[in-house]
Amino acid sequence: MNEVIRVQDLQKIYRMGDVEVPALRGINLTIERGEFVAVMGSSGSGKSTFMNIIGCLDRPTGGNYWLEGEAVAALSADDWAHIRNKRIGFVFQGFNLLSRTTALENVELPMMYNGFAGKERHRRAVEVLDLVGLGERHDHTPNRLSGGQQQRVAIARALVNKPSLILADEPTGNLDSATSSEIMGLFQHLNSDQGITIVLVTHEADIAEHAKRQIIFRDGAVISDKPNNQVLVKLEA
Amino acid sequence: MRWLMTFRIALRALARNKLRAFLTMLGIIIGVSAVIAMVAIGEGAKSTIRSQISALGTNVLIVLPGSNVQGGVRAGTGNVNTLVDTDARAMTRELRSVAYASPVMRRQEQLIAGNLNWGTLAQGVAPEFEQIRDWQIEAGRFLHEGDMDSAAKVAVIGQTVARQLFGADDPIDSVIRIRNIPFRIVGVLAGKGQTGQGQDQDDTVMIPYTTMQKRLMRITFVQSIVVRAVSAEKVQEAQEQITLLLRQRHRIAEGREDDFTVRNLSDIAEAAQSTARVMAILLGSVAGISLLVGGIGIMNIMLVSVTERTREIGIRMAVGARSRDIMLQFLVEAVVMAATGGIIGIFLGIGSSELLKTWAQWPTLIDPIVVAVAFLFSGAVGVFFGFYPAKKAAGLDPIDALRYE
Repeated sequence: MNEVIRVQDLQKIYRMGDVEVPALRGINLTIERGEFVAVMGSSGSGKSTFMNIIGCLDRPTGGNYWLEGEAVAALSADDWAHIRNKRIGFVFQGFNLLSRTTALENVELPMMYNGFAGKERHRRAVEVLDLVGLGERHDHTPNRLSGGQQQRVAIARALVNKPSLILADEPTGNLDSATSSEIMGLFQHLNSDQGITIVLVTHEADIAEHAKRQIIFRDGAVISDKPNNQVLVKLEA
Repeated sequence: MRWLMTFRIALRALARNKLRAFLTMLGIIIGVSAVIAMVAIGEGAKSTIRSQISALGTNVLIVLPGSNVQGGVRAGTGNVNTLVDTDARAMTRELRSVAYASPVMRRQEQLIAGNLNWGTLAQGVAPEFEQIRDWQIEAGRFLHEGDMDSAAKVAVIGQTVARQLFGADDPIDSVIRIRNIPFRIVGVLAGKGQTGQGQDQDDTVMIPYTTMQKRLMRITFVQSIVVRAVSAEKVQEAQEQITLLLRQRHRIAEGREDDFTVRNLSDIAEAAQSTARVMAILLGSVAGISLLVGGIGIMNIMLVSVTERTREIGIRMAVGARSRDIMLQFLVEAVVMAATGGIIGIFLGIGSSELLKTWAQWPTLIDPIVVAVAFLFSGAVGVFFGFYPAKKAAGLDPIDALRYE
C-alpha cells in the first residue's frame, strides 16, 4: 500500500449567508509515498482549502478522502487531532512558532500531546534540529532567530513525530530568495534522503520547480497534473 | 503524564506574564484573606459571648419590672415600681425550683475614703447574691440578713475598689463615704476579673439593698430581682412558676398583661449568639462577594488571554492538541491562579486576624474548617470562572486560529 493520499470527487462549498461559494468542485487525486508534489494556483483557486482538508483541519462537503488507505473525512475531531499529531507535519508561511519559547521546546511541542517521556522528547528534538541544520541554537527563542532559521525549527517540529506526510503551505512566502532556495533544498534533501512525502502549496512557479510533480488548481478544479521533468536541484550548502 | 504536562504548560504560560498573573490573583488573595479574617472575628465574638454567658451561670434568671398600663398607656420596661423585695422573698420561700433570689439595685456612685475618691458601681443586694453569682469572699464577711433588716451602713468592696482606695492597706473596718453617708467596710470580695466585654467586675461596692432603697435612692420598690434556679434543667420551670407567683401577688386579672418580665440567661445567650451569628454571616458574605469579584477578575483576564493567544491555540491544535487538551490547559491556568491566590490569602488572613488579636485586642478565632472551605472555594472559583474562557479556547476552529493576527 503506497498511496499516502487518495481523494475522490472531493467537494467543498462555503456558505456565506444565502450564497453558496464552491471552493472545490470534485477533485480526484492520488499521491504516492515518497512523492514531492507542488500544488499551485492563484489565490482563490482552492489550493488552500484542499490543503486544509488533506491536513485534517477542515471537513469536505462531499467526496471521499483516504489517508494511507483509511477513510478519514468522517472521523471525530479527537481522531483528527491524533492524525495531525502522528501522521501529518505542518509547515506554514508565517512559521507559527510559539514566541518566548525556545527552539527545542517548540520542536518538543507535538510530542507533548502524545505522552513521550521528557528524556526521549529531548533526544528526538535534538536529533531533528541537527537534521535541519540547527545544531547549535536549541535554546534560542524565535525572535532571536532569522526567518530561515525559524522555518528550519518549524520543519524540525513537523518532522519530530515521524509523520507520513509533510504539508507545507507557502513555506517560503516570508523569506528572501536566497533563504527560500535553502529551505527548498532542505525539503528536497528530506524527500530524497529520508523518503518523506511532501505536499507543497505555492503560487510561485520557481519554488514549484523544486518539486517532482506539479498540480495546478483553478476555480476549485485541477487543470494540470504532470511530472516536473526539469527538477531544480539546489543541494544544501 | 498528560496531567503533569498540562500543569507544566500552564505554569510556563503564567510565568511568562508574572505581573498580570499576580494582579489577577490579587482579587482572590484579598477575597480569601477577607473571608478568613472576617469569619475569625465573627467566631471570636461568638465564643466570647458564649464564655461570658456560661460565666454568669446558665441557671440564672432576671426578673425586671414590666410596663405599667395606665389607661391604655404602656410605659417601657424597667421604669415602673411593680417589683418589691417581698416578691424575692416569696420566690425563695414558695417555689421549689428557685434556690436563691435577691433584689438588685444598681447605681453609679462616688466613694470617698480619707483623701481619695473613686467612682464605681454601687449594688444594693441581699445576702443570697453571694450564692447566686457564686462569688467568694477574700477577707471579712458578706452582707447579713441582719444588715438588711436594719438597713445597716455596711459595705463589701471589690478588688479594684480596695486597690484604688486603700492600696496595700487592709480595708476591713475602714469607713468610706457615699453621698456623705459613712459606710463601714465589712468584707472584701475575691477577684472575678473582667467580663468578655472588658468590663471590670471587681470595680464595685455592695451594700444592703434596703440601705440602697432607704438612704441612697429613697424608693420602696426594687429595680430587678436576680434568681438562681436549683439546676439548669429547672430554669424553664422556675420561669413559669415565677410568672404565676408574681401574677398572683400583683393581682393581675386573667387576660391582662404581666407587669414584669422574666428573662432567663439562656434566652439572652441565645439572642446574643444569634446577633453574633448574623454578624458573622454578614461579614462572611461581604468577604464572599469580594471573592466572587476576584473570580470575575480571573474570568476577565482569561478571556483576554484566550484572545491574545488564539494563534498559539491554533498551533497547538495543528500539532495534535485535542480540544480537551486546550480546555484543560486554560482551566488549569485559571485554577492555579485561583488556588495560589487562595493559599496566599489564607496566610494573609491568618496573619491579619493574629494582628487584630495582638494589637487591637479583638478576640479572633480561626476555624480550620473555614480555612479549608476558603481554599476549596477559591479553587472552585477558578474552575467556575475559568470554565467559560477555557471552553471558548477549546471551541476555536484551528484554521481560523492559525490565521488570527
